[in-house]
Amino acid sequence: MYRIVTKRALHETVTLMEIEAPYIAKKAKPGQFIILRVDDSGERVPLTVAGTDPARGTVTIIFQKVGYTTKRLDCLNEGDSLQDFVGPLGVASHLAGMKKVAVIGGGLGVAIAYPQAKALHDMGAEVDVIVGFRNTELMILMDELKAASTNLYVMTDDGSNGHKGFVTSALEEQLKAGKQYDHVIAIGPLVMMRAVVNITKQYDIPTVISMNPIMIDGTGMCGCCRVTVGGEMKFACVDGPDFDGFAVDWDEAIARGRMYRKEEAESLECKACNLKNVELQAKRGGN
Amino acid sequence: MPNMRLTKLPAREQAPDVRNKNFNEVSQGYDEAMAVDEAKRCLNCKHKPCVSGCPVNVRIPEFIGLVAEEKFMEAYEVIRSTNALPAVCGRVCPQETQCEEKCVRGIKGEPVAIGRLERFVADYAMAHGAQPAKPLPDNGKKVAIVGSGPAGLTCAGDLRKLGYEVTIFEALHTPGGVLVYGIPEFRLPKQLVRDEIKTLEDIGVKIETNMVIGRSITLDELLNEEGFSAVFVGSGAGLPRFQGIPGENLNGVYSANEFLTRINLMKAYTFPKTDTPVQVGKNAAVVGGGNVAMDAARSAKRLGAEHVYIVYRRGEQEMPARVEEVHHAKEEGIIFKMLTNPTEILGDENGHVRAMTCVEMELGEPDASGRRRPVVKAGSEHTIDVDTVVIAIGNSPNPLIKNTTPGLNTEKWGGIIVDEATGKTSRAHVYAGGDTVTGAATVILAMGAGKTAAAAIHEELSKQ
Repeated sequence: MYRIVTKRALHETVTLMEIEAPYIAKKAKPGQFIILRVDDSGERVPLTVAGTDPARGTVTIIFQKVGYTTKRLDCLNEGDSLQDFVGPLGVASHLAGMKKVAVIGGGLGVAIAYPQAKALHDMGAEVDVIVGFRNTELMILMDELKAASTNLYVMTDDGSNGHKGFVTSALEEQLKAGKQYDHVIAIGPLVMMRAVVNITKQYDIPTVISMNPIMIDGTGMCGCCRVTVGGEMKFACVDGPDFDGFAVDWDEAIARGRMYRKEEAESLECKACNLKNVELQAKRGGN
Repeated sequence: MPNMRLTKLPAREQAPDVRNKNFNEVSQGYDEAMAVDEAKRCLNCKHKPCVSGCPVNVRIPEFIGLVAEEKFMEAYEVIRSTNALPAVCGRVCPQETQCEEKCVRGIKGEPVAIGRLERFVADYAMAHGAQPAKPLPDNGKKVAIVGSGPAGLTCAGDLRKLGYEVTIFEALHTPGGVLVYGIPEFRLPKQLVRDEIKTLEDIGVKIETNMVIGRSITLDELLNEEGFSAVFVGSGAGLPRFQGIPGENLNGVYSANEFLTRINLMKAYTFPKTDTPVQVGKNAAVVGGGNVAMDAARSAKRLGAEHVYIVYRRGEQEMPARVEEVHHAKEEGIIFKMLTNPTEILGDENGHVRAMTCVEMELGEPDASGRRRPVVKAGSEHTIDVDTVVIAIGNSPNPLIKNTTPGLNTEKWGGIIVDEATGKTSRAHVYAGGDTVTGAATVILAMGAGKTAAAAIHEELSKQ
């Protein structure tokens, strides 16, 4: 069992947890992910590692409460344990040699972009971090990002922080002003990553994106996470999750991400009542 | 006097139109009287041809003789002395090409139903509280086993009995490998696999789940930092193959591994009570002709598909699936489209499968496998309307260990190269066996390889 050491709400829908998993804490590198199961009837859910503390033997995950599993996960409190927690999976990001980088994160993708930015910053690279949120309320990791970047640009869809627009508008502004990047790293929703790639293509800047498709085992066994890259079939779990953004078949990836929409809603609806009970219990147990 | 009936006694079974709607076990096996009756058909031949047909050399006439005398617990001890998973083998071994193929009674009539008898004995003993075999005293040496499928479990059991401290590392959350994620409940109940694994744990085999060797910890770390004197790699053939035809990434196209893992390991047939879904739709096509294809097709039928097709490019004679599985599938209403090969999977406007284009084949000259090579029949292109396609054309070995273990030699197609007589790899103290060496094969061959490696590991470590 894997104990929850810390639980902290970053805002209303996003939660951070530190999980006790010493093997993974020792090994995980930026770009890699874990797979967890909340309980014995739970599905296997991949989450990118948002940080590690090898000394304490903990792994940080950050998740958005969107479906049944993430809502169920959020019902657990500090001191509770997860049924399963396996990793680190996937290939670590190849950051060596990058000198001037724009790290772009959208929404929850910011949580995954942060360790990459930090690693690059620690390596001495010049790191511009561009992040976007729907509004000010949903911003996460602002202090951390500030500490891990040369310049930090924060955009909001509604302009509530005074910078209205998408991450792509901020990126384009920098590029138009003559900013040079040797690499761009983009992590977030598929449509955001595709929009970033459409810009960086024009400037011919190599762009690494991170896929987060539906997975089961995460070791290459099932092939559920397949994605077409440069016309070839790749498995995100063993060949990725990082890929060359110029080569990804985005339409296919977007369609595959939608495969279980109906079942996801059904799962949530069918267990809504159960979830309510667990939530209530968690609240009572929590305080 | 032996019972000279020419045919095997049939096992009790759920009726086809009942069982194709549930996931309970199809065969209900023999009762005591049936087992004794069938056991009496054994001639107890002196030269024991059946034993040579068994990859783990179960002393077949001896255990069958004990069944005939109603000494069922004693029969179990005979089987278990060479076979770590009798209840599993009695159900999923291809006896017709192994022990039963060599049975003298098969020359005139049907062979003795060795598989059904083995299953009966194992079930009887487990229900009547068989005590686990006592291992030899601890010898202080540690062996690591990678993967808890049939090869790993067998190797672990044999080494533990010899007094080694054995730890199995399993990547998934449940031990059992293909016995748990691949073979369906209706052919191999998971409770039974749990019971077999528990008997190994009872004698002291440790199992660490959620440990991906090559990622969570490497093989070299096991040997150099964790104090293991030897490692056995039984990581299976866990990388699904696809045909390379257009449309394989459409929604509704599954590898057999994914389809069966969702159903067996993740219990998608009880969704939404359990959290992992699977989609089947009205019409499902399974591409391939092996046991895995039969498992996928029969699972699709049970999940409510009206029409389930097996689409196979050769003829029924060439199908690698066991005769019994094909027979069961047909009884359950699976439609066999032989000499048919898919050329493209077609999608709708949402990127979901709607149909599959196929061509008909005819058989030409024998190829490298000895089977007649299928060639395309001109002008035979046609489409089948389907909502789901399951690709069951085989697996390659998982490359994770190969990629993270310098100096471990592998074949071009990924299989780990070993000395067949010992399971030794190109790396010192590293052994391998099962599908990761041979490519996708059978449970019993993997068990045989686990056994061979256990003996070789014991030989190496006893010299130290």
